[in-house]
Amino acid sequence: MDMQAAKKKLGLKERYAVMTRGLDWTPSYQKMEDIYPYIAYEGIKIHDWDKWEDPFRLTMDAYWKYQAEKERKLYAIIDAFNQNNGHLNVTDARYINTVKLFVSGISPLEYVAHRGFAHAGRAFPGPGPRVACLMQSLDEIRHAQTQVHAISNYNKYYNGMHDFHHAHDRVWFLSVPKSFFDDAITAGPFEFMVAIGFSFEYVLTNLLFVPFVSGAAYNGDMGTMTFGFSAQSDEARHMTLGLEVIKFILEQDPANVPIVQRWIDKWTWRGYRVLTLVAMMMDYMLPKRTMSWKEAWEVYFEENGGALFKDLARYGITMPKCAEQIALEKDHLSHQAWSTFYNYAMAANFHTWMPDEDEMAWLAGKYPDSFDKHYRPRYAYWREQAAKGNRFYNKTLPMLCQTCQIPMIFTEPGDPTKICYREADYKGDKYHFCSDHCKKIFEDEPEKYVQAWLPVHQIYQGNCFPEGTDPSVEGFDPLAAVLRYYKLEHGRDNMDFDASEDKRNFAEWRGQATRNI
Amino acid sequence: MQIDLRTVTIKPLRHTFDNIARRIGADKPASRYQEGTLDMQQEANYHYRPTWDPDHLIYDRDRTAIRMADWYGFKDPRQFYYGAYALARAKQQDTAEANFDFVENRGLAATLPDDIRDTVLKLLVPLRHVAWGGNMNNAAVCAYGYGTAFTQPCIYQAMDQLGIAQYLTRVGLLLGDVEALDAAKRAWMEDDTWQGLRRYVEDTMVLRDPVELFVAQNVALDGLLYPLVYETIIDDVLSAKGGTPVAMLTQFMTDWYAETRRWVDATVKTAAAESDANKAVVGGWIAQWRDRAAAALLPVGRIALGARADELTAEVVQQFNARMAKAGVPV
Repeated sequence: MDMQAAKKKLGLKERYAVMTRGLDWTPSYQKMEDIYPYIAYEGIKIHDWDKWEDPFRLTMDAYWKYQAEKERKLYAIIDAFNQNNGHLNVTDARYINTVKLFVSGISPLEYVAHRGFAHAGRAFPGPGPRVACLMQSLDEIRHAQTQVHAISNYNKYYNGMHDFHHAHDRVWFLSVPKSFFDDAITAGPFEFMVAIGFSFEYVLTNLLFVPFVSGAAYNGDMGTMTFGFSAQSDEARHMTLGLEVIKFILEQDPANVPIVQRWIDKWTWRGYRVLTLVAMMMDYMLPKRTMSWKEAWEVYFEENGGALFKDLARYGITMPKCAEQIALEKDHLSHQAWSTFYNYAMAANFHTWMPDEDEMAWLAGKYPDSFDKHYRPRYAYWREQAAKGNRFYNKTLPMLCQTCQIPMIFTEPGDPTKICYREADYKGDKYHFCSDHCKKIFEDEPEKYVQAWLPVHQIYQGNCFPEGTDPSVEGFDPLAAVLRYYKLEHGRDNMDFDASEDKRNFAEWRGQATRNI
Repeated sequence: MQIDLRTVTIKPLRHTFDNIARRIGADKPASRYQEGTLDMQQEANYHYRPTWDPDHLIYDRDRTAIRMADWYGFKDPRQFYYGAYALARAKQQDTAEANFDFVENRGLAATLPDDIRDTVLKLLVPLRHVAWGGNMNNAAVCAYGYGTAFTQPCIYQAMDQLGIAQYLTRVGLLLGDVEALDAAKRAWMEDDTWQGLRRYVEDTMVLRDPVELFVAQNVALDGLLYPLVYETIIDDVLSAKGGTPVAMLTQFMTDWYAETRRWVDATVKTAAAESDANKAVVGGWIAQWRDRAAAALLPVGRIALGARADELTAEVVQQFNARMAKAGVPV
């Protein structure tokens, strides 16, 4: 017993160090560059991996204990929500379209994050970041699965989600989030960390994940809300990892600064373009709004992000230049996006609709400089046409931006009456862009972005019809063939909310659950 | 008699997602394992090639020599999705915690005969580095393998290996001190006893075929190391000499191996049953890595077994061969 008492008591930090980096060794039977082959080509210089400060200290036993507790609670709530027909308690059936957007656009990205962090974690020779990344990889498969499990019950009662994996790989607008994450995971491990760990998880998470979860909370969707809240402590860990990564890279070598700055510029813009979907969700798809897109951008990016970039200034990092253009777009983004989806409601896996008078008033109040002038008249016209039986469905295909893959719908910065077009020539082909920033991203890495699987190009090339389709037969209906390729059920998954089965069923079921009929 | 609680019943439009229905053959309620696993990985229309591996797609069947018509033919008999996995491990860590407490509070470490303590420190503590290699290798299989059914259990396995490395670290700290960890690392780096095993681990770290890596790590190395060290040496030989407290400290590893080998066996079986070509490739890998692992483990076994190491290692290899034969790969 005396010997025990004489033992040196380890502090938390030392104890965590022997539990992680103490496990590592310098190999001698194989070369470092063969064990860690992906670490040099990006040009990032790391001189001392030991300088890494562990952003959190969680050993696996504590991790299992803590996470299991959260899982027990989460699944108990999901089960209760399902058993109780909780879906009938949401504000109104339009809300469910948010869930469709989430499960087909966002949940598959959680899965890519899982694989991406496994890759990045394995790629880093430093044991500190490796352990943190692998733990995040484990968390991310949790998020992908808890989302699918929570939303599974909605799929039983509502349309549009029944084949979301298939849709994610094919449906035109889903190439926006998909190409974003494909871009990140195909980048080197350092860029992946700046793209996802820092830009996405740290800078933009309050504008992506949080609006969906808050939207769920505001609209009575306890299932979705619960997985969001249950993920919160994971997200907090991911955010500290994202910040530590950036500081670590910047502190290691001054030559890293310009590389990281280019990545921050790129990924802030790439992320922002994906947030177009969130912006329209916040302003149009939530029956009970939490805040406007513009307010969210001002609070979470301009204020909080501003403070962050002030903090990073000591490393020589500046606010991404694209922030100026984003500020000019914030009065327009959600309206231009919703108008586009209203147009293309035939080919999407969720319903769209025109805002009612109260909602128009809310939009006018939140967007005093743009809504009444530019968007209300358009909506009034569409509504009038719909009332006459001419609900407008656009059946032509839009030109897409080569980088962000969003249709070229955005207007010139500062001139909301003129569509913004940019183009570049590369090896004899012409490429089109929605903005200077997307063009710049392309020009920095043209070999990467020429590979983009652009849904519209693919349709025109005949690659988006079910196998065995003969487009040359008389009366060939290309849209119907594309919908079959998407596995979307025409008339159930798509088109206007007003005529939807979702709307009818929800009203009937709610009646059944609340009245004696 | 049963009580009849009533809830409002609404007839659902469908019972599961279409991709699940296609795979399980009908639109019927699916398990959380199925909904959390099947087709989770993207399969088509990737946008860019990895800049770190331009010869392959992001997820690419051709990273391995194994050919599967359907990578979702793999099934985890434990049906682990994250939630089920976390609950299972939380329960095991509860037991492990109670065991560590029991040994610590009763001062059982101090009651160990000196030679047993020395043996345990010399044998077990360097194994934390082997587990660390298991963490890295399973992370690689997860990152570069194809299909969630195959890759998902590997991230669990990776983090389990990290957990095991941490439990072994605690054993070292409990029976020894930080110096015991340092001494073990020196042995790992320099002593002849460990060089075969260290070379094995480092050689697996450069394998690029995820299924071969799965075989080298989870099938061959762990398939010999765990029965030899935890079952033969700790549970049998050392326990008989007063080392039972050590068996308590390593119960996690014993239980973990009994559980994970069911998944490893199922994976080998599915891959080999797919075709004769697969069977030949997998069989070749198993035989090659088994021989290397057995040779590398022999001097390690001698730390505790002395002259009996050859005989007992041969026994473990024989049991391993029988196990593989049962999985459809006689080697």
